[in-house]
Amino acid sequence: MNAARQNRFNTIAAHGALILYTLIALFPVFVIVINSFKTRKAIFREPLALPSADSFSLIGYETVLKQGDFFLYFQNSMIVTIGSLFFILLFGAMAAFALAEYRFKGNTVMGLYLALGIMIPIRIGTVAILEMMVQTGLVNTLWALILVYTAQGLPLAVFILSEFMRQVSDDLKNAGRIDGLSEYRIFFSLVLPLVRPAMATVAVFNMIPIWNDLWFPLILAPAEEVKTLTLGSQVFIGQFVTDWNAVLSALSLAILPVMTLYVIFSRQLIRGITSGAVK
Amino acid sequence: MSDQQSRPKFRWHIIVFLAPAVLVYTAVMIYPLFNTLRLSLFTEVDQERVFVGLQNFQTLFGETVWSSQFWNALGNNFWFFIIHMLVQNPIGVALAAILSHPKLRFASFYRSAIFIPTILSFVIVGFAWKLILSPIWGIAPGMLDAVGLKSLYAPWLGKEAYALTTLSLVSVWQFVGIPMMLIYAALLSIPDEILEAAEVEGITGLSAFWKIKLPLILPSIGIISILTFVANFNAFDLIYAAQGALAGPDYSTDILGTFMYRTFFGFQLQLGDPHMGSTIASAMFAIILVGVCLYLFGIQSRMRRYQF
Repeated sequence: MNAARQNRFNTIAAHGALILYTLIALFPVFVIVINSFKTRKAIFREPLALPSADSFSLIGYETVLKQGDFFLYFQNSMIVTIGSLFFILLFGAMAAFALAEYRFKGNTVMGLYLALGIMIPIRIGTVAILEMMVQTGLVNTLWALILVYTAQGLPLAVFILSEFMRQVSDDLKNAGRIDGLSEYRIFFSLVLPLVRPAMATVAVFNMIPIWNDLWFPLILAPAEEVKTLTLGSQVFIGQFVTDWNAVLSALSLAILPVMTLYVIFSRQLIRGITSGAVK
Repeated sequence: MSDQQSRPKFRWHIIVFLAPAVLVYTAVMIYPLFNTLRLSLFTEVDQERVFVGLQNFQTLFGETVWSSQFWNALGNNFWFFIIHMLVQNPIGVALAAILSHPKLRFASFYRSAIFIPTILSFVIVGFAWKLILSPIWGIAPGMLDAVGLKSLYAPWLGKEAYALTTLSLVSVWQFVGIPMMLIYAALLSIPDEILEAAEVEGITGLSAFWKIKLPLILPSIGIISILTFVANFNAFDLIYAAQGALAGPDYSTDILGTFMYRTFFGFQLQLGDPHMGSTIASAMFAIILVGVCLYLFGIQSRMRRYQF
């Protein structure tokens, strides 16, 4: 009897703690989004109230869509993120296959060399990266960002993917070889489809940091026509500091795409983290 | 293995598989990294690059204008890191411990909701908190008023004494999801037999956590600590989004990332100097390297790992 009561109490305490923290985690997002739909007066008078028929207003969104080129920023962010993910996955999987499948001189050294980048942040080399991008004329192009993010994502991708590729059965690959498939065919049509779940994990891990990065867009591609959504909203908000409607709407618009991505991929992301892909 | 049979033939396909990744990685990451270290040994005189040896480092550590800024940024950075270690990681472990309870309902909902701040960009997080804590809007004072603590309110982000701690806590709020998830994964991987054996011995609840689970997840806590260290010592975005490149008020939130940005890129009246920027980057590299080495050789190699 006593133990059962103790158990009930524990369950309630656990839910209480989790609900409290969930509220702390969601509160700022909630406040920003509800206030973006209110009139200026209502934002200040009752910041915690939901928008009512009286206080509802889309004036902030109108300013944002008129003044800022958010559609262009969004498109740039999409191109950069998808382009980087494509190269990280393709190049990463190829290198991981070479390291996992073949024994050759320097295999271990190559593996360690590629793993260096997991711990050392690429930002340390920013000065020289900018210099190189200026020399090659890539500054203020989306290619500069794609290259940087590809280099940044490769080490962890190679590391995770080669772990998974070691698990692909040798019999399958050898059967392919007996059938006369080339090494390239074995990689593309036998191994790649089998490691698809691992590729998805790598993609989800890389997607959010690339989408949210402010440092490299600020330094390598600050021009208006190549601004990413993160940089674009930062600059926009900086200019409209006093226009609360516009600032709140811009923040809500910036939250929207990430939240959509998260809702679509959260299961994949959480499965990736909890399956121990990053140990 | 077909390797043996084709030994006389040079295996071109290995090169083809490795080349793209190695080329991009070397050209865009490793080479610039070393080039930055090299650039810290140069300076610009009459638009020409001149080798000056360690003179930049002498300036950085010897001239008060520079050294006071550097030590200020480094000290702030350590405080930033300490708050993460003392607040973020314990909360993450606690949340994970609660979540990993096998009979807990709605666990996946809590997990996904608590992870949401982590996916938001620094720009959103920085501005959202700036607005919420702002005395103009009055959400923070209003809420404190509701619980009768209005006297505690201060414009935290605008006060030198509180700004850095406030921003560190905002960053903790944002990233608590990462230790939570990693520890959660580690807790799930503890086999049931061990916990059942402990239960038979009468070790349950909190004491099971302290005596059995915590020692088993220590390696994960080690990994989280080093990830936090590297991330904190190359942080920039949150401070820049919330306080601008000047890391106000009066440089009280300046950390190495913002200091390097200002030096390298220039800001307002200050002209950008890539060579001093490289010098600060080299110092950051050394700090991160020392941290990572301490972890690899001092902590990780001594930690006992349990194989199940």
